[in-house]
Amino acid sequence: MRNIWTIAKREYDHYFISPIAYVVAVALLFLVGGYFSLMLLAANQGGGFGGGFVPAIPEINNLFGFLLLLSIPALTMRVLADETRTGTIELLLTAPVRDFELVAGKWLGSFMFVLTLILVTVLYPIILNSQVSPGLDWRLIISSYLALVLLTGALMALGVGISAIFSNQVTAFITTLGLFIFLWWLVGIPSSLFPVGGEFFNYMVLNSHFGGALNQGNVYLSDVVYFLSLIAVGLFTGTVAIEIRRWK
Amino acid sequence: MIQVNGLIKDYGARRALNNISFDANQGEIVGFLGPNGAGKTTAMRILTGYMPPTDGTITVAGYDVVDESLEVRKRVGYLPETVPLYNEMTAFEYLKFMGELRHIPNSEERALETLESVNLESRSHSYIGTFSKGMRQRIGLAQALLHRPEVLILDEPTIGLDPSQVVEIREVIREIGKDRTVLFSTHILSEAQQICDRVLIINKGKIVAEDTPENLQSRLVGAQRVVLRVRGESDDLAAKVKKIKGVKAVETKADGSIEFEFSAGQDARPQVAKTVVQGGYELLEMRSVGMSLEEIFLELTRESASGKKSS
Repeated sequence: MRNIWTIAKREYDHYFISPIAYVVAVALLFLVGGYFSLMLLAANQGGGFGGGFVPAIPEINNLFGFLLLLSIPALTMRVLADETRTGTIELLLTAPVRDFELVAGKWLGSFMFVLTLILVTVLYPIILNSQVSPGLDWRLIISSYLALVLLTGALMALGVGISAIFSNQVTAFITTLGLFIFLWWLVGIPSSLFPVGGEFFNYMVLNSHFGGALNQGNVYLSDVVYFLSLIAVGLFTGTVAIEIRRWK
Repeated sequence: MIQVNGLIKDYGARRALNNISFDANQGEIVGFLGPNGAGKTTAMRILTGYMPPTDGTITVAGYDVVDESLEVRKRVGYLPETVPLYNEMTAFEYLKFMGELRHIPNSEERALETLESVNLESRSHSYIGTFSKGMRQRIGLAQALLHRPEVLILDEPTIGLDPSQVVEIREVIREIGKDRTVLFSTHILSEAQQICDRVLIINKGKIVAEDTPENLQSRLVGAQRVVLRVRGESDDLAAKVKKIKGVKAVETKADGSIEFEFSAGQDARPQVAKTVVQGGYELLEMRSVGMSLEEIFLELTRESASGKKSS
């Protein structure tokens, strides 16, 4: 555990000197913040809250989640690929650290960086709460943020896992993005082809667990398990990829 | 401290290491000598637990490198060929990070101590990205020394350094080698000659020779060569030298100098000097040109190359 934390800390710090991380952070916060502001504006012009259009946090987080889908590959592509390029992987693989601890540490550090961005957006429900009466339904907000956090964790784990497979950043980026798009939209398509077992493909659809359930305030165990499984799959893939690399 | 038995490593169909066996004891500095691509780095990577061997048993500090890899890694300090550094960290941060990974209590204190031992204490808060090649090599060495390992494995530690830095690093290695085991690779022969207690010459994945630098030299040379130069005619002197006991292979060179050999243990030089003086010759020069480790090395690596061809 201690090794995971040591590696996570370094990884987290690294994001604050990484140009890509700043670009992603600025783009995400600008787009999500802009969307929130426009919604507030629209609500005010539509005769104030209560009458017309009401800004909803799940809607903002839906956009946030979608943007994460597109930007996380850019964050995770370098996580292990970069260590391979500069040769520092040799340092980590000859230090008394288990391969799993290395992958988990890299994931945790990256996860904490995006959590920091998510934390900034917690301002929005606080602002909104001061504007409406009788206030927000906080259970919905918490569920929505839980959805965002779990989604981030899962996407990050898959990204880190893929980054461990490739020593080239561009390949890692494209593969990660391709996988995310597949999981978000495409994986459910075969469900109609199979009379039996189609539920499996439906269950695999990422968006139905994010936008369709948790983000709407419905916390089901199956959705939480889905995200936790993706985290496990990502970390496992990364660990195996590093082990295979050793044997090559 | 290091025991290697029948080590084999294949990269796909290519055999990088072919049945290598050697050992290194505590307080011994062992030099790994060989041309580029001989398998030095591969062997070191296996010893440090970076990659597993295809076959063979290897124990380092009493632990098996495959089954007890983590225990081995705790006890080994390793400086890879491309020094693994994080350019965005300061020297101090880097060592502190490594210290934490290695669970060193008060890693900050130890980081500063180690920086001092490689003469980088004045740059401890500079970013590694701004370091010169020599400083990078030294901070890499500091990383390997940080946890005071029982076994130190250094892959070409002096490569790319200027002569004064080379001397400095060699001094550090010699100092560490007093009570710990050091295995280091180089393709500079004089370096191996200067620091090592023992030299392993490796070529094409095989150990072709193993001995102390001195023994290697005398064993392989078998004879010592001397150049003798006098003013004026030297033909009659050559004839006289030829008669001296132990002298063989007398040659008169085009420039008038005489070259001769004598077998090891039969130093003919005093007798030759006497002959020169008694004959009234004006001596200009007498020096031994003993086969250098360089020549031995070329010979050995050529031998094993031609041996492969014929088989």
